[in-house]
Amino acid sequence: MAIIEMKNLWKEYGDQVVLERLNATVQEGEFVTIVGASGCGKTSFLKLLLGTEQASRGELLLDGQPLPGEPDDSRGIVFQRYSVLNHLTALENVMLGGELQHSPWLGFSFGKRRKQLQKDALAMLESVGLSHAVDKYPHELSGGMQQRLALAQALIKKPRILLLDEPFGALDPGIRADMHKLVLSLWKEQRLTVFMITHDINEGFYLGTRLWVFDKPRLDPQAPGAYGARVTYDLPVGDCESGTLTNINRSVGNTSRVLHDIL
Amino acid sequence: MKKLINRQPGRVGAWALGLLPFVLLLIVYMVASDARLTENPNDKLLPALGSFVDAIQRMAFEPSKRSGDYLLLNDTLASLQRLGIGVAISALVALVVGIGNGTIPYIRSTLSPLVTGLSLVPPMAILPVLFIIFGLGELAKVMLIIIGITPFLIRDLQQRALEIPEEQIIKLQTLGANTWQIITRLVWPQLMPRLIGAVRLSLGPAWLFLIAAEAIAATEGLGYRIFLVRRYLAMDVILPYVVWITLLAFAIDFLLRRYSQWRYPWFHQQAH
Repeated sequence: MAIIEMKNLWKEYGDQVVLERLNATVQEGEFVTIVGASGCGKTSFLKLLLGTEQASRGELLLDGQPLPGEPDDSRGIVFQRYSVLNHLTALENVMLGGELQHSPWLGFSFGKRRKQLQKDALAMLESVGLSHAVDKYPHELSGGMQQRLALAQALIKKPRILLLDEPFGALDPGIRADMHKLVLSLWKEQRLTVFMITHDINEGFYLGTRLWVFDKPRLDPQAPGAYGARVTYDLPVGDCESGTLTNINRSVGNTSRVLHDIL
Repeated sequence: MKKLINRQPGRVGAWALGLLPFVLLLIVYMVASDARLTENPNDKLLPALGSFVDAIQRMAFEPSKRSGDYLLLNDTLASLQRLGIGVAISALVALVVGIGNGTIPYIRSTLSPLVTGLSLVPPMAILPVLFIIFGLGELAKVMLIIIGITPFLIRDLQQRALEIPEEQIIKLQTLGANTWQIITRLVWPQLMPRLIGAVRLSLGPAWLFLIAAEAIAATEGLGYRIFLVRRYLAMDVILPYVVWITLLAFAIDFLLRRYSQWRYPWFHQQAH
């Protein structure tokens, strides 16, 4: 069964149309990368998936049910920044999900349960390669290590879908390549369904199984908000004709130039 | 030679430069005091350093002839108790209201205008009202401190709570947290070091309100003593008391800072 379904989904702010007529189905285990110019609704789409904003029209279904209208533990997220809590150590950050689940009033766990959560968290930290830094605070970790920690923190809750909002945008190229490897191996191991937003079209092509390009097929330079963005390409990654990347690059580049000139 | 703005004093140099104004002030005082005392040995305005030693000896280390108490100790304990109770209650109220205002929009809509309004009332102007309502006992003096600094603390904490990144609040929800857990595991721990910082800033006004209240109605306390001996132009008592209050204020500030650094290393070591 499809894990995410979009049926004629629109997002508007007043008379500004951000997304229009989105229709797509995503199966469990797919890795969808989303690229597009700034201002083409990538972030709005992510907010719809997260539940921090609601669609103006149409339906967005998770496992056949309307998506909850606020963030909850069915969806995990890793942001570009501020993804981990800076007042907790790496281990406490990863244990947090379990503690919240088992202690609705205090949000802290004790005794045997704490031991168990610690054990699970240590295993999770090991799988993202952070077993040497379990007692460090986030400010003592490098940017790449912080994002590894954020992945561990999100994945230990076993979310139905994992959302990644330009998670590697602030990292150095070498570190980024390591993170790609890590994300791919976690995705395979844990059978995750992933939506990842990225600025980097090459990254979008390299990672995942499916690439969506958010772009404005109709664009009026005098009224850029009159028409919304749509998914202009929906490609199975790794099996598309040569030249597609060039086309996408050109089209996204044009849109972003038009939008940028106006701003 | 380098330009002045690019030249740095060394470690010893910095200490020496820092001490210099204090030493100069002391010398100026001694010269002026000497000049006045040669003219009139009974002059009370600028007593000689020896008079301070006598006064400190009398106030701090000898029991009072009238009551048998050590006056400086008694005054200090009375003042610190009022200050401690006042600041502690203010901090507690500010933490509760600040977290509520900063986290839950319905509470913010209800209370934020009230807090803003109250913070604009000059506390000294309602001091008579406090004496009328709460009598001349301890309560009125503690209330003046509370009324004086709580609105500031609330507004500061509310602002800090609002500055918590949206990402972290969303993150906690995706980890399954309810509203109460977001407060206990995110907002409260994030605000504690900021509360200590705000309390440190509010200690200056807190001392001001304490001394003002003691000056008007009290039977002991540092502010009471200063205003009592003022009638006899007893500068030899007033000035040591002022220095003592300054030292107390410095010590409290220092301890709060050290505690915060020890307890919340993540707050003090990260780049802001």
